[in-house]
Amino acid sequence: MNVVTVKGQNRGKVMLYALSTCVWCKKTKDLLSRLGVEYSYVFVDLERGAERKKAIEEVTRFNPACSFPTLVINDQKCIVGFKENETREALGL
Amino acid sequence: MTELNEAEVERLYRRLEREAKAGGYNLNPDEEFTRDLVRGLLTNEARFGYPACPCRLSSGVREEDLDIICPCDYRDADINQFGACYCALYVSEDVLKGEKSLGSIPERRPSPEERSREAAVARGSFLPGSAPVWRCRVCGYLCARDEPPEVCPICKVNKDRFERFAPQSMPVWRCRVCGYLCARDEPPEVCPICKVKKDRFERFM
Ligand code: SF4
Ligand SMILES: [Zn+2]
Ligand SMILES: [Zn+2]
Repeated sequence: MNVVTVKGQNRGKVMLYALSTCVWCKKTKDLLSRLGVEYSYVFVDLERGAERKKAIEEVTRFNPACSFPTLVINDQKCIVGFKENETREALGL
Repeated sequence: MTELNEAEVERLYRRLEREAKAGGYNLNPDEEFTRDLVRGLLTNEARFGYPACPCRLSSGVREEDLDIICPCDYRDADINQFGACYCALYVSEDVLKGEKSLGSIPERRPSPEERSREAAVARGSFLPGSAPVWRCRVCGYLCARDEPPEVCPICKVNKDRFERFAPQSMPVWRCRVCGYLCARDEPPEVCPICKVKKDRFERFM
């Protein structure tokens, strides 16, 4: 999987499942960058074959609708959609 | 990814704006946001051969993605309930006038699991009368003819976005001004024919 890590302040494991064409995913990425936290993201729509299947499985485990953006914090807290306040809160910012 | 030609973005943006207005819909007035969505639509058109919803994961198989080809089957219900479609490419009058603000809305499309269950159940029912009644799944337009039209005259989606209309499956609304009929959960914001507002519609069936 083509996971990209954006350097920043360590606030735990922050994983964003996104689509390359989605504006709400873009807003979420911008928010994380603005907050200055370290996070990783993957564009699920650009993945192929087994990698894509794996990415979809990961998203679905946290969010059965398999919608985007899906933000997973510390492998437990899941935020679906662009939610600024909820995201700040979950990151303690 | 293919480089997008800005002239192409401009062209599609203008076309969508024109068609939205003609059909009684509104594009999101935030131009930068809307242009990003138009880029997404063009990217998907280039990738898949159809403008799949930029904010949803497409399978790349047209048949499986029919419901999320823009404008999607969920657009009008989301505009009614949340003031915008899932991506917020289309917004309601209230949002346009700044009387309502926008955020991320819940996904109305059934989950992959629900979709595969639905696909297993045969769709469509038989109707009495000389010709079947077809319903545009996007805007609710009704017409009685042997086959659906090539393009919905109201919202311009293709023939494969029509379904056989089963009476009683959904309310039918009548514009009290011009008589336009459509089958959908709620009347449209504006009559696509004579442009009167939603409150000029009455329940017909
Ligand atoms: S109408 Fe549907 S497919 Fe088109 S942008 Fe809005 S949510 Fe996406
Ligand atoms: Zn239509
Ligand atoms: Zn009318």
